[in-house]
Amino acid sequence: MSGVFSPTRAKIKERTLRTDKWWIEPLITFSVLISFIFYATFRAFENANYFAEPLISPFYSPCLSTACVKGASLIGTPIGTLAIFGMVISPALFILIFPLGFRMTCYYYRKAYYRSFWMSPPACAVAEPHEKYTGETRAPLIMQNAHRWFFYAGLVFNVLLSIDAILAFKNTDGQWGHMSVGSLVLLANATLLWGYSASCHTCRHTLGGRLKHFSKHPIRYKLWTQASALNHYHQQFAWVSLFGVAFADIYVRAVASGAITNFYFF
Amino acid sequence: MARKLNLRIWRGDATDGGLKDVQVDVNEGEVVLDVIHRVQATQMGDLAVRWNCKAGKCGSCSMEINGKPRLACMTQVSSFAEEETITVTPLRAFPIIKDLVTDVSFSYKKAMQIPAYEHPKELAPGDARMEQIDVERSQEFRKCIECFLCQDVCHVVRDHEENKKSFAGPRFFIRIAELDMHPLDMLKNRKRTAQEEHGLGMCNITKCCTEVCPEHIRITDNAIIPMKERVVDIKYDPARMFSGLLRREKRD
Repeated sequence: MSGVFSPTRAKIKERTLRTDKWWIEPLITFSVLISFIFYATFRAFENANYFAEPLISPFYSPCLSTACVKGASLIGTPIGTLAIFGMVISPALFILIFPLGFRMTCYYYRKAYYRSFWMSPPACAVAEPHEKYTGETRAPLIMQNAHRWFFYAGLVFNVLLSIDAILAFKNTDGQWGHMSVGSLVLLANATLLWGYSASCHTCRHTLGGRLKHFSKHPIRYKLWTQASALNHYHQQFAWVSLFGVAFADIYVRAVASGAITNFYFF
Repeated sequence: MARKLNLRIWRGDATDGGLKDVQVDVNEGEVVLDVIHRVQATQMGDLAVRWNCKAGKCGSCSMEINGKPRLACMTQVSSFAEEETITVTPLRAFPIIKDLVTDVSFSYKKAMQIPAYEHPKELAPGDARMEQIDVERSQEFRKCIECFLCQDVCHVVRDHEENKKSFAGPRFFIRIAELDMHPLDMLKNRKRTAQEEHGLGMCNITKCCTEVCPEHIRITDNAIIPMKERVVDIKYDPARMFSGLLRREKRD
């Protein structure tokens, strides 16, 4: 008997005496995240409908494989067409580890999935079901310390997706000065991703959080205060940017598959 | 105007105990501690409850109210529905002494294990000067009233008694952060000891400590995560790893 049922503690048989609906939040989190995981997995393996000039899905950008459809590769195709059992590996599978790793190791998402998937704990003051707990002190969870590595990789992706958004202000013939619904969708996606990165705890730390003397580094202090202000909304950025990525992909897929036409304002 | 309130209070000690139902008068504006005192005065003369300031500043009346760690003196009865039964229990992470009183010495032992501020040798105590922006950063952590609600709610020790020997808890992570961020503190190895001796790596950022803090200290965002990032600086940072600084720092 451990935890709240330890022999020295007050003898209360219930795992929690909370009377509010504490299970709603982890349930919603679980439902949304699992839906995203299923959708992202389907799309990563679909290997189709990810490019419709000038729009590219964020799941497939940068498209690095020679298997990419014509025009989809922004920075070349250093990876050849690889296949397993005769099936071509989707270009998305070469890159998704980076945004996935960034979100998996994110301090906000850790809270979200530790509570909703692993129930460690499911909610505050609700006893968790696990017999043992070692936290992030050993493998595999010690890998959470790699968040900074993924943060740097995420910045590279933000730059590339921003270029995708700028390129989306072309028309289907490659001429500049046009704007479509797709342009706005990719622009919103890139903006939200920058917001998510700028509000990240690692960003805040890198800009000035690691300092001992704010007074000796006034510029970094200023940057830190601004990152701190954004950091208050990191949870919101985490969710909205996730929806942004999914929506951008859904939109590009719909255009690329011919289900809808990308409407041009001018 | 007084009304009747249904209250369930945990009564007992280390050998046995259980929830007892009572009905008690409650007046407008009263807090849960007022009601407990009325029960003590009128129905349960030997009810043990720890309290002091009744103003949310001493941190004595920590208990669990409807399962949530809270200060009884800061919990308005009117925040619950009139027909609702309010359940009051002692803190469930610590050994029970009697009724609503627990033994919180775990936290005092942990406090003794945190090395104190180390003043610069070249500065006489009265000569130390700090800029306001450096002071402000740790000011938030100094608001702690040591109610130990964060220690109580933290699942690392609440749900795993065996972790108490290797985990200092959120209250002491803010103490370590405060010292590590102090511009004049000379002790060099706080980051490493936070991780290797005080169990910082066991925290999985579920933010319950922040949720229950009556002083609204952003324990996770402003102390624990920054400390985790500082540990990454010395142990897992890619730039330092590649430049070999990590190895050199370890030798130091």
